[in-house]
Amino acid sequence: MAKVLMKGNEAIGAAAIKAGCRFFFGYPITPQNELPEYMSRELPKVGGTFLQAESEVAAINMVYGAAGAGARVMTSSSSPGISLKAEGISYIAGAELPCLIVNIVRGGPGLGGIQPAQSDYFLATKAAGHGDFRLVVLAPASIQEMTDLVMESFDIADQYRNPVMVIGDGMLGQMMEPVELREPKKRDLPAKDWATTGTAGRNYRNVINSLALDPAELEKHNLKLQAKYREIEKNEVKYEVYNCDNPDIIAVAYGTTSRIVKNVIGKCKEEGINVGLIRPISLWPFPYDVINEYADRTKAFLSVEMSTGQMIDDIKIGANGKKPVYFYGRTGGMVPEPDGIMAEIKKILGGAK
Amino acid sequence: MAEQVFKRTKGLTERPFHYCPGCTHGIIHRLVAEVLEELGVLEKSVGVAPVGCSVLAYDYFNCDMHEASHGRAPAVATGIKRVLPDRVVFTYQGDGDLASIGTAEIVHAAMRGEKFTTIFVNNAIYGMTGGQMAPTTLVGQKATTAPYGRQKDHAGNPIRMSEMLSTLDGAAFIERVSVNSPANIRKAKKAIKKAFEVQLEGKGFSMVEVLSTCPTNWGMTPKEAIKWLEDNMIPYYPLGNFKSPEEVK
Repeated sequence: MAKVLMKGNEAIGAAAIKAGCRFFFGYPITPQNELPEYMSRELPKVGGTFLQAESEVAAINMVYGAAGAGARVMTSSSSPGISLKAEGISYIAGAELPCLIVNIVRGGPGLGGIQPAQSDYFLATKAAGHGDFRLVVLAPASIQEMTDLVMESFDIADQYRNPVMVIGDGMLGQMMEPVELREPKKRDLPAKDWATTGTAGRNYRNVINSLALDPAELEKHNLKLQAKYREIEKNEVKYEVYNCDNPDIIAVAYGTTSRIVKNVIGKCKEEGINVGLIRPISLWPFPYDVINEYADRTKAFLSVEMSTGQMIDDIKIGANGKKPVYFYGRTGGMVPEPDGIMAEIKKILGGAK
Repeated sequence: MAEQVFKRTKGLTERPFHYCPGCTHGIIHRLVAEVLEELGVLEKSVGVAPVGCSVLAYDYFNCDMHEASHGRAPAVATGIKRVLPDRVVFTYQGDGDLASIGTAEIVHAAMRGEKFTTIFVNNAIYGMTGGQMAPTTLVGQKATTAPYGRQKDHAGNPIRMSEMLSTLDGAAFIERVSVNSPANIRKAKKAIKKAFEVQLEGKGFSMVEVLSTCPTNWGMTPKEAIKWLEDNMIPYYPLGNFKSPEEVK
């Protein structure tokens, strides 16, 4: 297929449809509206269903029902809307259902703003709802990668029976880049013999549920989930290591900020400073081992985020005290400028001498 | 040999109910289950259980079941029915679930004319959590969070869901019934059957509101509870059909 120029939000929709997603339930919120608009236009053409729900709460519960019935299904929203979906996401994770949740992050807290932000890192990776559960969280840095990850996310969700969140921001959602829809690596996906499709043709009932009143039973269920999460941590860590052969400092950044850091790397080179980049693509599972390995080859890490410092905690866990971890970020929808990042790097390296 | 005149419906599993003595959930479960069996749709049914006293309904109905979060059963049912339009989908919800936390979901499911059936059990109280005030609690009725009785000026008048939902064009069948007497139980079953038939005919959203007792949290014997329902609930929540497909334009 030839490359076509696509806007990020629409490319997500195209990739989802290509991946066999036929159901989309959503509620309008800026800056992701092009995605539900695209789905409302395109899904009926392929026999799919787009439904605008009465709220984000209803939308995620429609996803819960559709996923339980065995469909490839997704929803999308932006930060305040994701907060509303939190309860439903917890139920979906508890009931072990596959689905895709797209979060085109905007600044918070509260109603916040509509400009790009990465301040939902905690929400996505640590606490997307109540209880002991994890989402697979994928953070693309280009529109091509966005389509690749969206397509793969449905397979990951089906393989592990776990919700996946693809996280972007208004900048990635709105920018246009050439993309080619590429099939992900073939996975051996289990049959959905647990789906509530009616008992016809089988001699057992399927029950989608996250309730276990007996604490011993609930603990057993939680330990089973944890075993699954260990498996995901083993198999699904994704990252990019860039210019890390002989770095003075390694910046760690994902999504939009990683693109800015790549610009900074070039500028720093001109001044004789060698800056590396580790770009987590899966925010959960986080590439802790990669950070730990490169801690032996750098003087320091710098977490660059569009937040007041959230991913920095995971970098510190990865570095495990081997090297200092610094932070530079802008928040509230402000995007870090290369000069600001460069000044911070010089400050750190100057201080380290 | 004596002729068998009554037997357990195949629509229920063997699991004993957890419901309190005198609670009418058991009767309502049986009626729904019998209807599913009689219509021959058990094998293609998917039920959605609520949060509340009937949270464990997924253990009792002998078909595929999906346990929803509190109030969201109509959204979950929407998701299921949109994926599987040829299956029979129903929600079973109490008054806290449907008339309080889940009002948006039920109103919009009815508005869209979602082709599933809702069994709405109204016992004018929160049973599972121990007798708190519900949106359907009657004025003057005592609850653990209305110890002096529901005050109209403070908590408003109770909500009549059947009347409200019947104003929506998408609602094809709405009827309020009660299970306080054998005659009314027969009427209730007829209404439930009609509601599922409306779904099977693809005519739109259907709901049967069933007035139910809660002897435990009303602080009454089962017999007193039935009497209280007749004397207090039926006058405020009149029985009858509010909407039939013939009226849908």
